[in-house]
Amino acid sequence: MSEPVSALGGAAYQGFCKVQEAGPVGMLTLRGNFASQVFVNAVKTSVGVAMPKVRAIVTEGDRSLAWMSPDEVLLILPHAELAAVRTRLTEALAGEHALVVDVSDARAVLTVSGAGAREVLAKLCPVDLAPDAFGPGEMRRTRAAQVAAAIWMSGEEEFTLIAFRSVAGYVMGLLTAAAAPGGEVGVFA
Amino acid sequence: MLILECPCCGVRAEESELAPGGEAHLKRFGAGASDEDFEAYMFARKNPKGVHFERWRHAHGCGKWFLAARDTATLEVFGTYPAQTKAPPAELIAAIKAKRPHWEGYE
Amino acid sequence: MSTRLSSGGRLIDRTKALEFTFNGKRLRGFSGDTLASALLGADQMLLGRSFKYHRPRGLVAAGVEEPNALVNLGQGSRLEPNQRTTTTEVFDGLSATSQNHWPSLEFDIGALNGLVARFLPAGFYYKTFIHPRAAWKHLFEPLIRQSAGLGRAPVERDADRYEYFYAFCDVLVIGGGIAGLQAALVAGAAGARVLVLEQTAHWGGRAPVDGVQIDGRPADDWIRNAVEALERMENVTVRTRVTGAGVYDHGYVLADEKVADHTPGDGRPKHRLWRIRAGRIVTATGAIERPLAFAGNDVPGVMLASAVRDYVVNWAISPGDRTVVVTNNDDAYRTAIALKQAGLAVPAVIDARPEARGALPEAARAAGITVLTGTAVAGVKGRGRVSGVQLCPQAGEGGAVTQEIACEAVAMSGGWSPVVHLWSHCGGKLVWDEGAAMFRPDPARPPLGADGTGFVFAAGSANGALLADQVMGDATAAAEAALTAMGKQAGAPATPESHAEAEAPLLPVWIMPQGAGPDLRMKMWLDYQNDVKVSDVQLAAREGYESVEHTKRYTTLGMATDQGKLSNINGLATLSNALNLPIPEVGTTTFRPPYTPVTIGALAGEARGEIFQPLRRTPMHDWHAAHGVEWEPVGHWRRPFCYRQPGEATSAAVNREVLNTREKVGLLDASTLGKILVKGPDAGRFLDMLYTNMMSNLKPGRCRYGLMCSENGFLMDDGVVARIDEDSWLCHTTSGGADRIHAWMEDWLQCEWWDWKVYTANLTEQFAQIAVVGPKARAVLEKLGGMDVSAENFKFMEWQDGHLGGFAVRIFRISFSGELSYEIAVPAGQGRALWGALHDAGQEFGIAPYGTEALHIMRAEKGFVMIGDETDGTVTPQDLNLDWAISKKKEDFLGKRGQQRSYLSSPDRWKLVGLETLDGTVLPDGSYAAAEGVNANGQRNTQGRVTSTYWSPTLRKGIAMGLVRRGPERMGEVIDFPQPGGAVIKARIVDPVFYDKQGEKQNV
Repeated sequence: MSEPVSALGGAAYQGFCKVQEAGPVGMLTLRGNFASQVFVNAVKTSVGVAMPKVRAIVTEGDRSLAWMSPDEVLLILPHAELAAVRTRLTEALAGEHALVVDVSDARAVLTVSGAGAREVLAKLCPVDLAPDAFGPGEMRRTRAAQVAAAIWMSGEEEFTLIAFRSVAGYVMGLLTAAAAPGGEVGVFA
Repeated sequence: MLILECPCCGVRAEESELAPGGEAHLKRFGAGASDEDFEAYMFARKNPKGVHFERWRHAHGCGKWFLAARDTATLEVFGTYPAQTKAPPAELIAAIKAKRPHWEGYE
Repeated sequence: MSTRLSSGGRLIDRTKALEFTFNGKRLRGFSGDTLASALLGADQMLLGRSFKYHRPRGLVAAGVEEPNALVNLGQGSRLEPNQRTTTTEVFDGLSATSQNHWPSLEFDIGALNGLVARFLPAGFYYKTFIHPRAAWKHLFEPLIRQSAGLGRAPVERDADRYEYFYAFCDVLVIGGGIAGLQAALVAGAAGARVLVLEQTAHWGGRAPVDGVQIDGRPADDWIRNAVEALERMENVTVRTRVTGAGVYDHGYVLADEKVADHTPGDGRPKHRLWRIRAGRIVTATGAIERPLAFAGNDVPGVMLASAVRDYVVNWAISPGDRTVVVTNNDDAYRTAIALKQAGLAVPAVIDARPEARGALPEAARAAGITVLTGTAVAGVKGRGRVSGVQLCPQAGEGGAVTQEIACEAVAMSGGWSPVVHLWSHCGGKLVWDEGAAMFRPDPARPPLGADGTGFVFAAGSANGALLADQVMGDATAAAEAALTAMGKQAGAPATPESHAEAEAPLLPVWIMPQGAGPDLRMKMWLDYQNDVKVSDVQLAAREGYESVEHTKRYTTLGMATDQGKLSNINGLATLSNALNLPIPEVGTTTFRPPYTPVTIGALAGEARGEIFQPLRRTPMHDWHAAHGVEWEPVGHWRRPFCYRQPGEATSAAVNREVLNTREKVGLLDASTLGKILVKGPDAGRFLDMLYTNMMSNLKPGRCRYGLMCSENGFLMDDGVVARIDEDSWLCHTTSGGADRIHAWMEDWLQCEWWDWKVYTANLTEQFAQIAVVGPKARAVLEKLGGMDVSAENFKFMEWQDGHLGGFAVRIFRISFSGELSYEIAVPAGQGRALWGALHDAGQEFGIAPYGTEALHIMRAEKGFVMIGDETDGTVTPQDLNLDWAISKKKEDFLGKRGQQRSYLSSPDRWKLVGLETLDGTVLPDGSYAAAEGVNANGQRNTQGRVTSTYWSPTLRKGIAMGLVRRGPERMGEVIDFPQPGGAVIKARIVDPVFYDKQGEKQNV
């Protein structure tokens, strides 16, 4: 087994914002009944992060749990911890109707950072990204131009975007074009 | 052009996040059904000018299907509700009746 | 001549001179100039030629409504045709050329059309070029195309970039004149999120030019303060150079920001298309002055009175030493006064009204200007340039010229029309205001939004509040109404006092003089750009065109790039007079977006070049690219079609790949195959409904080929299903089908069987999948080591997890080629490494990668169907002889009822067979098999068609599959496939399995 390889090998671009592919990130899709105590407890004990509310993302240390749909959350964690957490979760959910599956390699993770990060994403996503409309703690599934994407604020001036791995190059191209110098819009400043 | 609030995630989704799915509350007729029932299930659609109940999927979003009541002529949206519903909710029917007194109602 | 005045010009900065060229001539302007004002300042009145008669044309307007002064702007990769000089800001180095003339602007051969104008009336082309039919294509159309048209389409790739911006607000104010600013102040003060868009580079609109006083001071002061106040509000965004282009349902608005039109090449995007979702919209889009229809109203030098005023006040332009003003209203007197104040001569104001006693006419008289009431222009003198006007009584027929006045310019005003376009785009209705002779928004019938209430509110002149005294109150009311509609409190907004000289009512004047005869009417232009005259509209009416929509299309009135901003109302009034119907009964044409043209680049946004479309790459993409790949698009995926070695032809590469795989071992990137995990206590039951065959009884560790049908019974996807454990199955779909099939599964789970306990996950992209195929496949895997892949331990249609050469893999022993084959799945991040390891390990066995074409040939040699080749949405599994994969035991599955319909179970259906030409050549793809007789259209009857056809390098002959009526019952029969040109290819119906009929090779 060789080292995990992300889609773009950590490619980066510096425009009026910085765009960076994050490299390998561990990701598990969990599906189950959020009303089930077994499911909630399994998540809590195996992951150590509380279940997020609707459209929220909860971060504890280097692990985040993001609400994806009414019966699906995405666990984001260091790649090295993935196997152990998956095993723990699978065991804790034995007998429960639930699904735990590794999707780390199915996704590309990119960050957009800098004062204009909101504007870069607002060129691609039909989402209200004004500071009073979109803040930290929100997970928003949407599209970036022509492909599915999910975005959240991973820092004061940083967004993280996940998309499917096969379109990593396309998404990098989109973000690069949107962050190119001279493209500042100046509305969220 | 179109904004529907997804009842599953609360997003006021615009048309580019949504995928249409045709008429809502169809009853499936499978093996053993009469020709008439099967024909109605496959091909007969209401297509009204006015109040209509439709299936939509928040495709570029939470991925869930939901149902919407809409006026096909004015594009007024009366409400959205979960797909796991066999008939339009009574409150929604009442709200539409209040706005459209001449509407014949949902049969 | 037109010149620059030595002082004045509120918008120009005389300290910043700019240089530009027009038709190669070097000219100078100032910062703040539009191209139009700079050209006028340089005495360039003649700017173009008209569309049809090639008449000399000059500026008419000073804003977006300009119909004539369109130019080719820029050069090469930045060339844009049909750009309005009136909305183009001058910059250093700008280069413009005039258009629609040959050989030159001053001498244009096409102007000969003007001499025969009498013979080119409305509908001329429709009536004339009917016979002979062939002449249209070969003679008339090429000739007309040569002489018609405006600018030239650019041929070079656009050097600029464009982008979108998604914006959201409570109240969108379109228009940054005093009404828009006031509405924004009210909405902003109420705490609403407000976005204000102004199409020009300047705030305030016409008010400063028209001498409006606000709170007792010049409008400019109030405007400056208002903009500053708005900029200070955190909830308000103000932008100039953004045109509100279109209003759509549910508060969607497209707006076009000209980011770098005036600074080309500075690295910024040229345009930014704002895609706005607004709660409520206030349209403060102002009004547009109407021309008057008099003979010769298109001669260069005849301009709108408001435009003349704009040029004098804003840009210090003298349109000529002597300007005659022609009007039917008081407002135009402002132009006379402004000219006089600038030191220019106004020989007379020609007023069609019987008397003019308002404050403005009296002020004009006091300034020494002659006012001639009850008077009309009988004709304009001069060809390339106005040299004078001939006058006559407005009440007469224009036969007797009473007076001639020499002048260089004519300023005309026929009254004003509110800009109702944005109100109307989404269904807002209009009322005819008899007193002001204009259509204005009907507040009782606004466009309706998602909640069923009006979502557009017109403000100021756009709402018909044309007089300064009315504007502020109207704007405040519009903003308050918008706020109230959203459940917001407007507070107690301060409404400033706006004031200007009072105006007496206008007199509707649609032609001048009132009883003008045919000779005059055919020189009265309504639509300058499309060369439509009063006589054309009257002709249309005489010929029976009663609907304004028909008249528009017949005469082309209002169909030019200006979309009739100047001509629609005048044309409509002309039609209503001709039909003897009141104007509201004739109605308006439909206002459609965009308000002004939006360049295609802005609409495309970022989608060009590398990011025109998402391109899906497998983890091995770069390896393929480095090894001579020829790509095949499969949906958005790029898959290797084949790998060409140096000097190798495509067909040779494909044949080599097939033979190498059949004889040795091949390597296929199968990563694009859909992979959907289906898990839960009801997963088996669910898959039994989804697939035509039984999946619930598949044993863990085993694979089964399955078919999915639509409820109509038609085959929609196929693939191998592997049972992972007691409650999990992994479903493979076709490459293009993963998203669709996953959505299909979720649809049934969410909307029909929502109580079934099943979860799905689309894992297509989680895994790279590599097929190792051929007699040496096992040897390659054994070389990598780590798993027992022997025939005894790892049987056909089984799968196993394990470590192969150090990679954590899942191997499926399945075959789509008929060869011994292992499909190896590995996390996508390992895909490239595993591919390399397999390629290295296979060297000694002669391994070579193969592409989709070799894959297709090998599956066709085996008679395996391909979704999209053998299926087209009307083909059932039974048609493809796949009855063995349709469960007889299951009570129900999706498509079962559909397949029971008589038409689908008829023995006469076209069914799958193999086809072999008698001479061994390849049967052309898509060929139809002819049957006896002809159908109702006289076409030859058919009895089948080719669905897949290839040269088989294995069998060294052409092989094909096709659907033929009762085909399987007709083995050995020879049928005809007629070809274009008359040749007939004969082919024999054979078993579709051409190679290894017993299936021994895959089972070793």
